[in-house]
Order: sequence, then C-alpha cells, then structure tokens
Amino acid sequence: MSISVNHISKHFGAFTALDNISLEIPEGELVALLGPSGCGKTTLLRIIAGLEQADQGDIFLKGDKVTDKPVKNRQIGFVFQHYALFRHMTVFDNVAFGLKVKPRRDRLSDADIAKKVHALLELVQLDWLHDRYPDQLSGGQRQRIALARALAVEPSVLLLDEPFGALDASVRKDLRQWLRNLHHDLNVTSIFVTHDQEEAMEVASQVVVLNHGRIEQQGAPGDIYDHPANAFVSRFIGQTNVFDLDEHDADWLQTAGLLTAQQKGKIAHVRPHDIVIEKSTADSDAFVTLKDWQHLGSLIRIELVKSGAAGQAASVYAEMPNDQFRRLHLNRGDKVELRIRHAHWFH
Amino acid sequence: MNAISATTFIASKKLTLSDPDWVRYALIALTLGIIGLFLVLPLLTVLIEAFAKGWTAYSASLTHPDALAAMRLTLLVAVVTVPLTTVFGVSAAWAIARFDFRGKSLLITLIDLPFSVSPVIAGLVYVLIFGAQGWLGLWFSGHDIKIIFAVPGIILATLFVTFPFVARELIPLMQEIGHEEEEAALSLGASGWQTFFKVTMPNVKWGLLNGVLLCNARAMGEFGAVSVVSGHIRGLTNTLPLHVEVSYNEYDFVGSFAGASVLAALAVVTLVVKTVLEWKRNQDKRLKVKG
Repeated sequence: MSISVNHISKHFGAFTALDNISLEIPEGELVALLGPSGCGKTTLLRIIAGLEQADQGDIFLKGDKVTDKPVKNRQIGFVFQHYALFRHMTVFDNVAFGLKVKPRRDRLSDADIAKKVHALLELVQLDWLHDRYPDQLSGGQRQRIALARALAVEPSVLLLDEPFGALDASVRKDLRQWLRNLHHDLNVTSIFVTHDQEEAMEVASQVVVLNHGRIEQQGAPGDIYDHPANAFVSRFIGQTNVFDLDEHDADWLQTAGLLTAQQKGKIAHVRPHDIVIEKSTADSDAFVTLKDWQHLGSLIRIELVKSGAAGQAASVYAEMPNDQFRRLHLNRGDKVELRIRHAHWFH
Repeated sequence: MNAISATTFIASKKLTLSDPDWVRYALIALTLGIIGLFLVLPLLTVLIEAFAKGWTAYSASLTHPDALAAMRLTLLVAVVTVPLTTVFGVSAAWAIARFDFRGKSLLITLIDLPFSVSPVIAGLVYVLIFGAQGWLGLWFSGHDIKIIFAVPGIILATLFVTFPFVARELIPLMQEIGHEEEEAALSLGASGWQTFFKVTMPNVKWGLLNGVLLCNARAMGEFGAVSVVSGHIRGLTNTLPLHVEVSYNEYDFVGSFAGASVLAALAVVTLVVKTVLEWKRNQDKRLKVKG
C-alpha cells in the first residue's frame, strides 16, 4: 500500500471532523476524496501531509509510519487550493525552492537544478513564463506552476487540495483532462480533494465518498455510480429521484413497473435515465404530466409532475437522448405514461 | 457610439462627484497653513536659534562633552532597544497571526497599552518597581545594580514606549498574507528557519523596515518616560532630548537649539528614508505586475 490511514480521528473542539477513518490506497492510484463541505476531506488530506495532527490513529506512507514525522520529512508534494506560490519569487525560483533548500550534501549543483526546473516547466508547458512573478499569471497557470513546484522534490505521494476549485469552468475542464494524463505519465500515487462529484468521477481512478467525518463508500467511479452503498452516496453521486413507499408512492410505482413485490426497502432511488416515458393515449387516466424540459447537450432533462392520490404534486426528473425525445412529439402539459427500469432500494 | 456615450457619462459623473473649486483651494490652503504654522515655522525657529551666535558657537555647543555624551547615550539606547523591539514585534506578530489561543484579543490590547498610557506614567511605574524604595529596587541595590537614574532604567523606559511599533506594523500584514506559503515551504522540505528567512521575511520586509524606522525615531526622541527615570545627570544619564531641556532651563539657548536641530535632522532623515522605503515597495510591486 502506498498510503495507509489507520483509525484516524480528529476533533476541533466539540466538532468531530474525522471519526475513526481507515483507508488503503494502492501504488499509482489517482484517488478523489469526495464529499460536501465540512465532511472532513481537507482535514484528512492535511493529516496525511502532516500539516495537521490527528488526535488518534496512524498514517503510513510506503509502509513507513509517519504519524510523528513533520511535514518536511514526509516526502509529499502538496498543492494548495489557492496555489500558495511564493509571491516574491519568480516562477523559476518557486519551482527551484524545494531543490535549493536541501542540505548541501543532498543538493544538486546549480546547473542541475536549473536543468531540472526547466524540464518540469516544460512538463507543465509553461517554460516560457519562467521569469514571471505569480501575480502575472492566470489561475490555470498558477495551478500548473504549483504542481511543478510540488513535483520538483520527487514526492512519493502527491496531495492536491481542491485543485480546480478556484478556476473558471472552461479552464477547469481542460485541467482535469490534463491532470489525468499527467498522472498517467508520472504514475505517482495521488489524492485530490473535491466537492464536485463530476470532477471526481471524471478524473479519479478511485473515489472515496466522505460525509460527517466518515467514509460512506470507496470504489471505482463506475461502481459507486451503479452500486451506491447507501442513500447518501446515491443522492450525492449523480442525479436521483427519491420515492418513499410509505408516502402514497406505492400504488403508482406498481403501475410504473416497479412492483411492490420486488421492493427491497422503503425508499427507492431512481436515476433519471432509468425512467422511460411515452405519450399516453387520449383516454388514459395517467396522472403524470410533462411540465418542462432542458437541453443538457446530448441529453434532454425532462421535468414531470406527478399528482398523487391525495392531490399533492411532486416533481420527477427523467433523461433521454435528444433524438429520442424529439420522436415522442411531446408538448408542455401533455400526459405521459411512465415506466421505471431500475431502482436502488434503501431502508 | 457606445464608447463615446460611456466616456461622456463618466466625465459628467466625475463633474458632479467632484467638489467646487473654492472648496478644494480652501482645504489645500488650510492644510498648508497649519503645516506651515505648526511644523515648518518651529523647525525654522530651531535652526535660527541654533545659529543665532554663528557657526562656531553652534559647533562648539554640539562638541561639548555633555552634548557628545547625550548623543552617545541616545545612540546606545536606540542600538539596544530597536533590536529588542524588533525581535519582540516579530514574535508577537507571529504568535497572534498564526495561532489561536485564549486571551489573544487581550494580548493585542496589551500590546497597544504603551500607545494609550502617558509615557510619564510608564517612567513612574519603573521608579516604583526598581527605585530605591521599590519592590525589586532593594534586591537590585543589594546586588549593587543601579537601574533607576542609570542607563538600564532609560533603556527599560524606552523599551516600554517603543515596543508596539514593530508588532503593530506586522500583525495586520501577517494576518493578511496568511499561512499557506509557509506551509508550502515546509511541504517542500524547508526547515523552520529556512521558511522564516526565505518566505516569511521577504513577504513582510517592507512593513518590518517601516516599523523599525518608526521605532528608532521614537527611541531616539522619547522624552517623558526617560525624563522620569533618568535623574538628569549631565554627561551620564542625559539623552539628547533631555540635554535639550536641561540646556534650555539653564539659559543655554544655543546649546539647547543645537541639540534640537540634531533631533530635527533625525526626523527629516527618518521621513526621507520612509519615503524611499515606500517608493521602493511600490516599485517592487509594479515590477512584479509589469514584468
């Protein structure tokens, strides 16, 4: 295991940030720590880095117990959310910092340092900016310099705190892909923290979902999406419709094809793409109407309103490809038949 | 078309926002008048009085052994207090900006205390503590250490009045800059001292220099607190400001104003250095933005 987290707990006053967390991360993985804000993900990252001390538990990096080692002896690379570039140094000096502060016997010659720094700047495609100051760079450029600086010391693990959090949407998209490719080339075990599930699914090879200081689920992005371990994960990852069988949903779920005989719990989570709709015939007593729809690129998101037996209305979301939706010839206010292909059941 | 209307809009807005001319000129005249009356005129008087009996009398009174001793003592006090205040200021600012602890706001208030207490009170407090009848005075006199009416007392009193200068300058600066760059340096393998000298110091150096400069000006110019603890022993415990007063009281006007002219020159030098520092600081910033 490249990174082992053993029974880590951390409290801030009365607040429990991390509650007995254990985690194993194999060599070469790119792991996302995913969760809503305040779930403890950044605290966990900082404890692994040694920037924060855990109240209990141990951290192992490559089999070495580093719990009591200060951050500078942990051989980690840390990329801060706001980059934390040294503002009074040029890009070159920023990247060279980790090489220049080494004790004399481990330090490279100035020429070798320069060579290495330029190679790293080439790697992040920013060598042409080497004599600029951080103030003169865009957010995306700063982020890449921060990454080059962290990589300069050849860390055994790379830790990134909300690496795309402070960037524009378009820059973020590019950088995600770029980070994935870079990780593929370098193959250094990496953890990044994010609250954006799309980002986690897109970039990471493993996703760890955290909530209230606990791990809710850990697995490959596809597994987590297709087999959410609990209601929180199901709701947090991707879109989902929540139906509570105790609350008047039982009848219509049966007509929607989700037989109550199959039910494995009280609450059904249904992904929007697992809902199929058809235009109802004129004499149908369907109780679902089409309210509105939005274009999400290749998909259409359809907002349906279901009027329950007691007269209350609830929204249901469905998704289907553009062309399929067009073939249905639906208008706002049309009554539709609704069929559920698949649901996740929770208690 | 759009651009034109936008500029006219801004121009008209500027016009309505700015004050009428007479307000502007009246305010400028008032400011200049006050500065002239209360700052420039006294400075001129100092120079005129100092040279009233010519250059020879001026230089003679400045090279008088008592005047030289006062200047030496003033320099000694500054040389001792400024580094101590700097070390204290940096550590206090570090503690306040970096750590959360109980009583932090009380500490900030206490640091400001010398600004709000009359310096004379500060001097008196030291007399009460270290004086012949004071709490610690007996112990010290038993060990043949003289504090009050001696150089140590002067240094203590000066320390009291100067110690907020550096801390006050650094606390807001360090709070604004934050801790992340230092954490980054540590994560890159730098030691605590390397982080301090290569990351923290360069970020706060202009603020620090400014604080040191003001602290130095105050250390050399302090009168009240020092006056209480000094005892005015000529050639021994008179600092330059005290020398000015003593000479004046003895009707040695040339000697008094000659000393005052040195202090005034110090003030001017301080101002010039401060201006240069500010100019350098801005240039530093511009350089980084423009490249």
